[in-house]
Amino acid sequence: MLKNFEPNKIFSITSKAPKYILFIFIIVISIGLLEALIISPEDYIQSHSVRIMYVHVPSAWISLGTFSTIAILSFAIIIFKIKSFVLIAKSLAPAGLVFNIIALVTGSIWGKPTWGTWWAWDARITSMLILALFYIIYILAWRIYDGSEKVDKLTSLIAILGAINVPIIKYSVDWWSTLHQPASISIFSKTSIHTSMMIPLTLMTAAFALFSILIFLMKYNTELIKIKNKGLDRL
Amino acid sequence: MINEIISMNGYGIYVWSAFAFTLISFTALYTVIKVQLIKEKIKFDAKYLTLSSDKKKAARAQETYKGILASNSVSKI
Repeated sequence: MLKNFEPNKIFSITSKAPKYILFIFIIVISIGLLEALIISPEDYIQSHSVRIMYVHVPSAWISLGTFSTIAILSFAIIIFKIKSFVLIAKSLAPAGLVFNIIALVTGSIWGKPTWGTWWAWDARITSMLILALFYIIYILAWRIYDGSEKVDKLTSLIAILGAINVPIIKYSVDWWSTLHQPASISIFSKTSIHTSMMIPLTLMTAAFALFSILIFLMKYNTELIKIKNKGLDRL
Repeated sequence: MINEIISMNGYGIYVWSAFAFTLISFTALYTVIKVQLIKEKIKFDAKYLTLSSDKKKAARAQETYKGILASNSVSKI
């Protein structure tokens, strides 16, 4: 099954998929923006500032999900020596970092009208900032040591180390007294968000997920062409 | 109606700036990655064109090269 992840096998898919994903993304984000900015109701406490949730929450989810995926792939690279995962993990990082920055910046913008401050050294915000630092270190390690034999191992170790921070981000609101409210959406229990707000949140999450897949595929193709470009010399 | 959407009871500046930042970040990321992809394709095309016909034949025989060539402008030359 792992052979299906080999670059040679999946290039035919990754090279054609972006244009279709871009098309679907434009449709979903257009509907999502309409729902988030116009159709969805204002909150009875936060008023219209609640609309920031529709960009802040999906960005945070995708940034966390992306880093978790990189960490799982890195674990497989270190333990099972699955080389085909290296390129996938590397290509996921840029989108993950940008979503992390979006989550931090939009969170800061949301913080001003809600908490009266742009920034607080709250457990959730600080742990998200640490995640951004891990993303930066991971990407920088690739930049600095690209081409070196040890780069796979080094970047994988950074990702595995950074993964310790992921459950801290997730449970920080339960473990410590923070400005952030506890999770309103859970897979295992009933969500406390009304359907009228859940629809734009779902649409925006879907749109952001599509965008991250689009960026991943484009980055993956770039990296693969770079490798194959070097390979032309050896023909 | 339009004024209401723009001002959002005084929260418009926060809401619109959050959405604008997100969309600008998306555009910037997409542009950077697209430019990187195009640059690599151009480099690949340039190198491929300098190859001898035997090497071009060997490249075309490999699945990934075939894929790259199919998606690049060089295949249409």
